[in-house]
Amino acid sequence: MIRTRNVSRRFVLKGIFATGALVVAARVVPGAFRLAAQAAGQTNADRSLLHPTVYLGINPDGRVFIVTHRSEMGTGIRTALPMVAADELDADWSQVTIEQAIGDERYGDQNTDGSKSIRDFYDAFRYAGASVRSMLVSAAAAQWGVAPESCTTAAHEVIHEASGRRAGYGSLVEAASKLPVPRPEDLRFKTRQQWKYIGTDRPIYDLDDILTGRAIYGIDARVDGMVYASIERPPVLGGTIRSLDDAAARRVAGVEDVRTLPSFTPPHLFQALGGVAVIARNTWAALQGRRQLQITWDDGPNAAYETESYRQQLFDAVSRPGKVVCTRGDVDAALASGSRTIEATYYVPHHAHATMEPPAAVADVRDGRAEIWAPVQNPQAVQDTVSAALGIPRGNVVCHVTLLGGGFGRKSKPDFAAEAAILSRDLGRPVKVVWTREDDIRFDYFHAVAAVHHKAVIGDGGRPTAWLARSAFPPIASTFTAGAEYGGDFEVGMGLTDLPYDVPNFRAENCPAPAHVRIGWFRSVANIYHVFAAQSFVDELAAAAGRDPLEFQLDLLGPPRLLDLKAAGLADFWNYGVSSETYPYDIGRLRRVLEVAAERAGWSGRPQGNGRGMGLAVARSFTAYVASVVEVEVGTDGAVRVPRVTQVIDAGTVVHPERVRAQLEGAAVMGIGLARSAEITAAGGRIQQSNFHDFVIARITDAPTQVDVHIIESDEKPGGVGEPGLPPVIPALTNAIYAATGRRIRELPLSKHGLA
Amino acid sequence: MPYTLNVNGQTHTVDVPADMPLLWVLRDVLDLKGTKFGCGMAQCGACTIHLDGEPARACVTPVAAVGSARITTIEGLSPDGTHPLQVAWMNNDVPQCGYCQAGQIMSAAALLAKTPQPTDADIDAAMAGNICRCGTYMRIRQAIHEAAGTIRAGDSAPVQITEARD
Ligand code: FES
Ligand code: FES
Repeated sequence: MIRTRNVSRRFVLKGIFATGALVVAARVVPGAFRLAAQAAGQTNADRSLLHPTVYLGINPDGRVFIVTHRSEMGTGIRTALPMVAADELDADWSQVTIEQAIGDERYGDQNTDGSKSIRDFYDAFRYAGASVRSMLVSAAAAQWGVAPESCTTAAHEVIHEASGRRAGYGSLVEAASKLPVPRPEDLRFKTRQQWKYIGTDRPIYDLDDILTGRAIYGIDARVDGMVYASIERPPVLGGTIRSLDDAAARRVAGVEDVRTLPSFTPPHLFQALGGVAVIARNTWAALQGRRQLQITWDDGPNAAYETESYRQQLFDAVSRPGKVVCTRGDVDAALASGSRTIEATYYVPHHAHATMEPPAAVADVRDGRAEIWAPVQNPQAVQDTVSAALGIPRGNVVCHVTLLGGGFGRKSKPDFAAEAAILSRDLGRPVKVVWTREDDIRFDYFHAVAAVHHKAVIGDGGRPTAWLARSAFPPIASTFTAGAEYGGDFEVGMGLTDLPYDVPNFRAENCPAPAHVRIGWFRSVANIYHVFAAQSFVDELAAAAGRDPLEFQLDLLGPPRLLDLKAAGLADFWNYGVSSETYPYDIGRLRRVLEVAAERAGWSGRPQGNGRGMGLAVARSFTAYVASVVEVEVGTDGAVRVPRVTQVIDAGTVVHPERVRAQLEGAAVMGIGLARSAEITAAGGRIQQSNFHDFVIARITDAPTQVDVHIIESDEKPGGVGEPGLPPVIPALTNAIYAATGRRIRELPLSKHGLA
Repeated sequence: MPYTLNVNGQTHTVDVPADMPLLWVLRDVLDLKGTKFGCGMAQCGACTIHLDGEPARACVTPVAAVGSARITTIEGLSPDGTHPLQVAWMNNDVPQCGYCQAGQIMSAAALLAKTPQPTDADIDAAMAGNICRCGTYMRIRQAIHEAAGTIRAGDSAPVQITEARD
């Protein structure tokens, strides 16, 4: 069904919503606002008469302010978390104004990453709403001389049904503000049946602004007296300037200055990369000036990085024993038994995040204080990074978060904010740093290139009796510890160690791989290569056994049960940072998404061969369970069409189903795009791609004709939704290509195989 | 050098170099930030505007080449944000991060002006120059069909976004 909305009503609401604090912060920034914003405790929520938490305040006029401390990069979180608080408050949504928090540790973790905003803050936002509701009810009950338990609430009112009395929330605020703040354990939260907003579809808060060009992203931030900077960075990581001639650059009309930026001290963390900045009256003049710079570089040791030979290095690494990261049973004995084995090695290249909005930041540094406006996933990391770069206290750094034109992990690494801060300090005036697309692609924190090797000893029915899994990838740890070569628990615990299969003997090993470019987390992180490899391998095992991949998967998963992590050799499983008691590993849920996806996709009647086929894959990641079924048509010319993708997710309790569907649709497109033609390569330590003509990401012509998303209804704790939709899409696609053509794709991208 | 530009029905005089792309004139000089920068080389469509109703990539359109053409940006597509495409975009909750969407809508508006009843193939051809990293393409197709009336709300759509809840 296509949904229709009462659009005229939406436009009535627009007038109320149009002046968010965010807009004020980024668009005009009058001096008074800026000073106010610098002090902690100065949101409208804080200034409200009743505000028991930092997330929500209410005033005697009934107006509610809800603070979102997580960043909006397209998931809808800026709308979804306030929905949770508004629901527990029983607020009238039209009375709610959403404010974006500055970076401040009083909000708790602000790193909008790891698909954990709802997971980590669902309870906090329920409390933020329920505590105020409870205080308003107590105030009304006292006024009426009735028991609080005899009162109910609805739509911004406390109601005493028995006597027919009602009082608007605003009229109770003053009295309620004198009452003690209830303890979480004394509050009664709504039941699922009482929810008004949670689990419903609601337009994202910024929708009207986005559609009319008024939404403010980091690249749109502007402060008075600002100059524009474009930076030529060392083309090889760790390179330094040998010589610089900036005379021609300075002659370009509109150019005001040229400044060098300091090189970083390893580890590179989120430090500025160094280089030469051209400062100008507008972006174009800065770009023109930059083209006139004459720089020679000392490249340093990373100039030896060649992705072509590095690929072989990774293949060699996984052909040898590595560090054991998970073990159960006796894999070696099974391997020595002489039974038949099947093995395969898979490869996924580097990728760039390529957010549509390239990195950008405005900084105003004066008198030992720094104020930053930027599209960042983690404003507290901006405080840390800028404080370290300038040698000023963390508390002297104020970071305003704008909307993000995409994040995918890139914008939790605020090197661009450090650049703006250093330049603003040096120039003594506000500076905006804008990255070009070329900068963005060449100086990313790249998704790690990886090789993954699987080897199985085959028993009855083609079922593995023993399984050896190895992977090698330059680890994210290399960004934080110079020279790190082994993956962290979180990386191997994304699809290498936590294979859900009921195989008695299993060992996972991580093999060393040094980093020569900056490595960072990218949407779904290590799941991308680990899930691609494992789900391809299971498909290979099914094919070797002559069994239906669905039936084989279900057999391998075993009966519905909670995985005994200890028995599985996963006693130390990181579990996406949450307790395994609250978020167990549930094989039943994994089976269910697979079964539902297969049924919705029409698996039993699927086309097989003659260029048409269907593939499936399943994974648990970020505590959510997702199965993907991809249908392909492969032309004789190698053209790959995707008529339909089926995505089924069980993410426990879902706050905003419509945005969850959007995430799963987007993940389908991104997965297909990653698989098709995209790859980042390096030669001489320099990244060889530069813009969308050579780093090819999915266009509308690559998108599936249809993406069918199904959300499993569940009362379980909320899980992640931004990332889990991506990992299974890629192996489901390559498995479908196998079904269609008999060609097994073990290395991405498809374009390497004459497919695209 | 001074240029007189007609932007969304208003006249502006700007003093900028002849080769300065219209994108940066709009964004940095006229403070019209709805038109976005994505690639600077006509690869992504984020900067799409209309010149006398024809779609153009502002990032590769030198200000000197504009002449007396009427420039329309997202801010001027409709006075109150109720262009049928804006309404359809809203009904279908198209945007995720939203950054590409001004360009998408401007390209779609140019398509509908020429081809009021586009097929899926027409849509793909007209929109292939607009990248959305968030992957909203299926909804873009849907919203264009809806705005064009090639489907009506409630009809089964050529591109269906299935209701996911039971
Ligand atoms: S910025 Fe103009 S097409 Fe990309
Ligand atoms: S909505 Fe994010 S790039 Fe299109």
